[in-house]
Amino acid sequence: MSYSNKVIDHYEKPRNVGALDKSDPQVGTGMVGAPACGDVMKLQIKVGLDGKIEDAKFKTYGCGSAIASSSLVTEWLKGRTLDEAATIKNSEIAEELELPPVKIHCSVLAEDAIKAAIADYKNKH
Amino acid sequence: MTLKLPIYLDNSATTRVDPRVLDKMLPFLTENFGNPSSRSHSFGWVSEEAVENARIQVANTVGCDSKEIIWTSGATEATNLALKGAANFYQDKGKHIITLKTEHKATLDSIRELERQGFDATYLTPNSEGILDINALLAAIRPDTILISILFVNNEIGVIQDIATIGNICREKGIIFHVDAVQAVGKIKFNLSELNVDLMSFSAHKVYGPKGIGALYVRRKPRIRLIPQIHGGGHERGFRSGTLPTHQIVGMGEAFRIASLEMDDEIPRIKKLRDKLLNGLSQIEEIYINGSMEKRIPHNLNVSFNYVEGESLMMAIKDIAVSSGSACTSASLEPSYVLKALGRNDELAHSSIRFTIGRFNTEEEIEYAITLLQNKVANLRDLSPLWEMFKEGIDIEHYQWQEHGPRDIILHQ
Ligand SMILES: Cc1ncc(COP(=O)(O)O)c(C=O)c1O
Repeated sequence: MSYSNKVIDHYEKPRNVGALDKSDPQVGTGMVGAPACGDVMKLQIKVGLDGKIEDAKFKTYGCGSAIASSSLVTEWLKGRTLDEAATIKNSEIAEELELPPVKIHCSVLAEDAIKAAIADYKNKH
Repeated sequence: MTLKLPIYLDNSATTRVDPRVLDKMLPFLTENFGNPSSRSHSFGWVSEEAVENARIQVANTVGCDSKEIIWTSGATEATNLALKGAANFYQDKGKHIITLKTEHKATLDSIRELERQGFDATYLTPNSEGILDINALLAAIRPDTILISILFVNNEIGVIQDIATIGNICREKGIIFHVDAVQAVGKIKFNLSELNVDLMSFSAHKVYGPKGIGALYVRRKPRIRLIPQIHGGGHERGFRSGTLPTHQIVGMGEAFRIASLEMDDEIPRIKKLRDKLLNGLSQIEEIYINGSMEKRIPHNLNVSFNYVEGESLMMAIKDIAVSSGSACTSASLEPSYVLKALGRNDELAHSSIRFTIGRFNTEEEIEYAITLLQNKVANLRDLSPLWEMFKEGIDIEHYQWQEHGPRDIILHQ
């Protein structure tokens, strides 16, 4: 399998790896996928008082494309409002990382992770 | 110390041709290029002599008569000929075939084809160590069982089946016994004259010989009959037509000769390297060895690294050439069927790495591999939400995962 340079770059230098405090009311946590399917993404956002995402962290169990997809969205999320964040589409992720068709599901998972994190945040408010 | 990267640790996939084998092969591509079937001139005679000499070398290595060796294009063809040829010849006696779920695809797909033709097959599950339970085999045998096919040494996990006992059962019950011995040659001692095996498949390229050549052993006493699968000029006594590739055959003969000659020195050397690798990897938390360590060739180590995903692990360790139990490079996410048959869950099957050590590996290479694995597994675990959950004491097995269906993928594409 050959990966695009962008996937390799994110894979080798993943951005924003880590964890935020799940119980913090400012933090929304999304965990999607399942170990049996080969991918689990945990995406966390921290929303500032101005309603903008001030921090994003991820941990991903999955292939290089899954790691790259989640790493990329943490970069994209910062500075966005929740509404803006919700507009991120898997197709944009797939395009940016030049994912081959068999890896499209990684970008789908990343989009789902964003949605799950936003939903978790909204649940707290 | 400079190591040449990537380091080849995939010797069960194929091996480098031994330079001594290549030296023997080359003249049969140049000066001695004759067709071994040419009876009317010395070009043919020289080639024929080389082919017959190689047949003796292979026969001596495995302990049979050279007349019992049929050249094929490889073990896949040998196995196809053995299974389809025997099933078709003996189908009036019965239509039931028994094999193991962990066989090589050459066996499984040949038997699938026979099922399509109306044969009935039983696929036995080995125990969690990968070993066939003899009682399970006995229980599966029926009056109409005509053929049993069992892998001598498994290509993924290196476990060894009890071919002697299975052979005795087959002989007693009048069932034809085929054994895929591709991964056994040069790795464990065996002698066909002491085994009740009727058909045995071999390949050259796993034993430092060239690709594209193999052989089928067909027992003469008692005589085993086969329906040929490839028709043509009646070569190989009609069992397998086609001009013999002299250079390949010479290479296989020499490769087998060297294997039997050097086995006593090579096995302990490789075992030492394997044990070193095992010790090094054992320092990593949450690893699982796949397959029995007792009934196993010393060349193979198959390890699952829990909480890291197989493909990303393969990407991280690209400086070593190994195989993965993860098949997610293809569209299907199906992990290794061999590890699944052992009862491994999908995650562990996905995160398995097969290291297979060979003649040309060095201690420095093994040390490099250990350090690489230790570092990369640690990095990936830092990135793994499952590792985090494990460390927090969360029961991952019973966690409510929001599984992703293929439906979502189609919708978003
Ligand atoms: C156990 C086993 N059987 C059969 C084969 C097929 O051999 P060949 O490549 O000679 O067709 C292989 C190699 O892939 C193998 O490992």
